[in-house]
Amino acid sequence: MAHPGTSRPTGMTRFLENERLLACLLLAPTVVLLGLFIAYPFVMGVWLSLSNTSVGNVGEFVGLKNFIKAWNDSIFQTAFYNTFYYTFWATIFKLVLGMWLALLLNRHFRGKRIVRAAMLLPFIVPTVLSTFAWRWMFDPTFSVLNWLLYQGGFITTKLPFLSDGVYGMWCAIVVNTWRGMPFFAITLLAGLQTISTDLQEAASLDGANGWQRFWHVTWPLLKPVTLVVVVFSVIQTFSDFQLIYVLTGGGPANATHLLATYAYQIGVATGLLGEGAAISLFMLPVLFIVVWLQLRYLRRLEGA
Amino acid sequence: MVIERRWKRWIYFYIPLTIFIIGTLFPFYWMLITATRPDAELYRSWRAANNTPFWTLAPTLEHFRDLMAKTTFPRWLWNTFFIACVSTVISLFCGLLAGYALGRLKFPMAGTIGTSIFVTYLVPPTLLFIPLANIIRTFQLGDTPWALILTYPTFLIPFCTWLLMGYFKTIPKELEECARIDGATRFGAMVRIIFPIAVPGILSAGIFAFTLSWNEFIYALVFLSSPEKKTVPVGVVSELIRGDIYFWGQLMAGALLGSIPVALVYSFFVEYYVTGLTGSVKG
Repeated sequence: MAHPGTSRPTGMTRFLENERLLACLLLAPTVVLLGLFIAYPFVMGVWLSLSNTSVGNVGEFVGLKNFIKAWNDSIFQTAFYNTFYYTFWATIFKLVLGMWLALLLNRHFRGKRIVRAAMLLPFIVPTVLSTFAWRWMFDPTFSVLNWLLYQGGFITTKLPFLSDGVYGMWCAIVVNTWRGMPFFAITLLAGLQTISTDLQEAASLDGANGWQRFWHVTWPLLKPVTLVVVVFSVIQTFSDFQLIYVLTGGGPANATHLLATYAYQIGVATGLLGEGAAISLFMLPVLFIVVWLQLRYLRRLEGA
Repeated sequence: MVIERRWKRWIYFYIPLTIFIIGTLFPFYWMLITATRPDAELYRSWRAANNTPFWTLAPTLEHFRDLMAKTTFPRWLWNTFFIACVSTVISLFCGLLAGYALGRLKFPMAGTIGTSIFVTYLVPPTLLFIPLANIIRTFQLGDTPWALILTYPTFLIPFCTWLLMGYFKTIPKELEECARIDGATRFGAMVRIIFPIAVPGILSAGIFAFTLSWNEFIYALVFLSSPEKKTVPVGVVSELIRGDIYFWGQLMAGALLGSIPVALVYSFFVEYYVTGLTGSVKG
């Protein structure tokens, strides 16, 4: 971008003095990029979902056929159910454990900074790579977790971690919790640090025990941050792809697919772009509700 | 201070914290131990008497050597680095300008544009990857780094804009007014007065954006196909497994090496990263 000289008032300088024009100019790159790679694909996705397009084959309009086909497809039904199940349980665990960890990290102890930094590692490291480590830990033959449980006397035969649909789903929930919990913990910790310790002490003097102090003092003050974090996490978990793709690949026998992985399988691996687009659009209503809640909440904050 | 007894501190604090630490870090330890273990020891039955799962008697760097010499891994590292840097710079540039406009200028539609940018922030890539793949094909960008450099900003710009907008709002208006009275143009005041003050915010946004693009998976998986053009996450997943055989030593070596750059960036800038992280949600 040309930088106008400050000494000579050129046409460009005068042009930039106009607040509206300057704003337009500053927003232009963002609007163009987001329009081209978010708004346009979105519209195109809706069109694809209403057509029978496949790779190398320009499709024609088929109405809601793709949606109806997906809805009656038993694998889709499993994926649809799994997505909710996965999101629900993973979010609950992340919230509870993240809150607990945040409360622990909010106390004073030696090495606090380094512990806090280390706890964020699962969130920093590429999910795909750490999920591979988990996959190795869940290996059917060489699982270290099976070894530990066996040595501890908890099991006598190996647990079928990833070779059973139900176990597989729970393994994915565990890995997702492991990865997402630090995000909850650190964000909630930031929220906790804004709460004055005077309040805790006052409650303590009034005879409140630890749990009561949390429930009646800390939690109400932490609710706004919690809500925002949960919304973010729900969106990410609901639309998760990479974790399942690496951990189970949707298997065994398509039992652990989520909407995103199934859309990938149909849309990219099989090449049925129309059907794949329709499957991923099934995520939209839930995302829409969540985003709407978030926006309403933000408005209320701004209004207050 | 709330005073508590020593045993209580153990039960309510040290023990849970230790469990959290072990649970969080164990997979990383497991990566390291797997990556440095010779194959003979790696694939030993879990019930074998001489099984020592938690350490190795003959540590080896063989897996790392193979990874660097016999696979295209170094190439993937470079690709990932290049793509992450360029898309971070583009996103920072756009986010800085847009954040300034939304945070400090008055113009009609400011609220609507701000809200739409926020909404795009919440649109997950998995909703758009199929039509985007089509668009990338139409633009003939498939299998080039530009496919990622142009699409990563779609989730980075909204975040950068949002974070920097919040940052700009905290800078007092008087600073800019003083500069304007001293004869600076509006644009000059923005570049010379406001942007330098926002450097910590820019750094936070940049570091967060860099880690996000380093870790991105689905776009890279769908848009790239030649082995030598892939990024680390996609390369490790698709190229290190030959047929159905998993070379776990090499895979874990790849996972470790692919994680180290982001872990390093993060460890140098923990505070900025945390600001970016918490700022990204609070807005």
